[in-house]
Amino acid sequence: MFFRMIIRALFRQKTKMLMIAFTIALGASLATAMLNVMMDVGDKVNQELKTYGANITVVPKQASVLNEIYGLDKSDESGAYLKEEELGKIKTIFWAFNIVDFAPFIDTHAKLGGSEVLVVGSWFDHHLELPTGETLNTGMINLRSWWEIKDGRWLDEQTGDKNAVMVGSVLAEKENIKANDRIKLTTKHGSEELVVAGIFDAGGDEDERIYAPLAVVQRLSDAKGLLTSIEVSALTTPDNDLARKAAQNGPKSLGAADYETWYCTAYVSSICYQIQEVITNSVAAPVRQVAESEGAILEKTKLLMLLITFLSLLGSALGISNLVTASVMERSSEIGLIKAVGAHDGAITMLVLTEIIITAVAGGLVGYFAGFGFAQIIGHTVFGSAVEMKPIVIPIVAVLVVFVTLAGSIPAIRMLLRLRPAEVLHGR
Amino acid sequence: MSLLELKNISKIYGDLKALDDVSFKVEKGEWLAIMGPSGSGKSTMMNIIGCMDKPSLGQVLLDGVDISKESSKSLTNIRRDKIGLIFQQFHLVNYLTAVENVMVSQYYHSMPDEKEAMEALARVGLAERAKHLPSQLSGGEQQRVCIARALINYPEIVLADEPTGNLDEANENMVIDIFKKLHRDGTTLIVVTHDPEVAEVAQRTIVLEHGRLAKEIVNENFKD
Repeated sequence: MFFRMIIRALFRQKTKMLMIAFTIALGASLATAMLNVMMDVGDKVNQELKTYGANITVVPKQASVLNEIYGLDKSDESGAYLKEEELGKIKTIFWAFNIVDFAPFIDTHAKLGGSEVLVVGSWFDHHLELPTGETLNTGMINLRSWWEIKDGRWLDEQTGDKNAVMVGSVLAEKENIKANDRIKLTTKHGSEELVVAGIFDAGGDEDERIYAPLAVVQRLSDAKGLLTSIEVSALTTPDNDLARKAAQNGPKSLGAADYETWYCTAYVSSICYQIQEVITNSVAAPVRQVAESEGAILEKTKLLMLLITFLSLLGSALGISNLVTASVMERSSEIGLIKAVGAHDGAITMLVLTEIIITAVAGGLVGYFAGFGFAQIIGHTVFGSAVEMKPIVIPIVAVLVVFVTLAGSIPAIRMLLRLRPAEVLHGR
Repeated sequence: MSLLELKNISKIYGDLKALDDVSFKVEKGEWLAIMGPSGSGKSTMMNIIGCMDKPSLGQVLLDGVDISKESSKSLTNIRRDKIGLIFQQFHLVNYLTAVENVMVSQYYHSMPDEKEAMEALARVGLAERAKHLPSQLSGGEQQRVCIARALINYPEIVLADEPTGNLDEANENMVIDIFKKLHRDGTTLIVVTHDPEVAEVAQRTIVLEHGRLAKEIVNENFKD
């Protein structure tokens, strides 16, 4: 009889129940979308921030010490170098899959006509065969994606731009250099005739430099197979207390369990530590500004999403409250009659709540799938990729739907409990 | 011992005395009519006898037990077990069929039994309309469903509030005939009405005026 009454009541009030289900679906869909995006946003925002450059720099240990003591940041002045042959090892560390891009650097001063310029050697779109057998295309095109090509094109290592360079816009203007011009760079170790592939605008000091393939600058500085630094772009987890403790006191200060947790988490400090393990005599350090910005943006994005979730659920609760109260008012005569024939408050509360919970479950299910759809729209629109379905969101949304429905029903249930059969059946 | 005894009952709302020191008894199997004009206190009296309200003063003895101080939960149990209610406005649940409306009363009393509910409808001549919704029934038919619902749990008292107030003459006679049959079967009937024709078929009539018991009339010519 109980379920017969429930089913009949649901069908009889289908318009009102559909409105309640719609209200719940709306809240549940926003909660589902926000929670799914929030749980996936770490990787998404990290990937997004990777387009703004490297977040780890690797330098020779000696250069790092000189930098700390004298503020020198040039390896050629310190005489310390990293080895090019070890570069592939970066993709063999525990967090290899989090290494998105990396590029080696070597720089030297050279004569260009009558002026002295800084020439930086690097990879542009270098094809790399890894020790693991995998292949990778990496270099400046990814790490300097914000560069604007004012004239010409990006230097293309793959199609044989072995003797080409890219010139910064300030230097190009000063020396009246254009794309496809030929320039001659001279150092004490020799000279190179090079073609200008393109003129770039980086919006900083780089606009006064010349960028050439790694091998060209190694020849100009007589440093075959050597590097002055490596820039690494890695997907990292925002720092927490454990990461800060490891960064401040060194990983050796951690207990065995903490060390294992730290080592097996993609903190920027643990990735740096692992890079140092594979690159001989190196110091890998996070570019603090980038790392901290990532963490801050991530936390603020998550907070914003939590706030949207909370507000959408609050809106749903208010909507449910109005609709259920209206339903109880409309049915006051029926509720009074059921009380008059002997139903206790608990039994009637159970009857009304069961109707609402069934409606809420239906609305919640629709809302969950709609919310997952919204999450995909957000993922593709904002981050350009799909948002992964997080199973944990299902119980969270289920609990939230039941909680919001019950909370929204409180005023109606209070009204129902106050309703006296004598008042509704006899008008007193 | 009387089935129902009201001793010096008063119901006071602020300055208004809806009932003022009313006393009377109802014997088991008796058919009593309570009459009076609008505002005389009939509905208040019905609410108190029907355990839907409590008197401000006085005692209500049902089967010798004073129920005037009972909690609302306890009054719900008494109403469920001992009182059958019939309303002028019928108050049927409009999304349930006739037989389901009868079963609602069974459900909150003990166990719903569709066969027994069908028999109750058959007793009021509505077996063929059992699967109809209230909106598909005439006023007289709805009132008969209401009577079947009131009788389904074998109450000690059937309490009817203006049971013919919304009915035409043919349906009024039909309802009165059902009451006569119930009385013959030993059911205690209390009918609140302002209609003298309904009152005069009862065994005894008490008349309320301004909340007080104005007079009591015994029907010398009473016959079932």
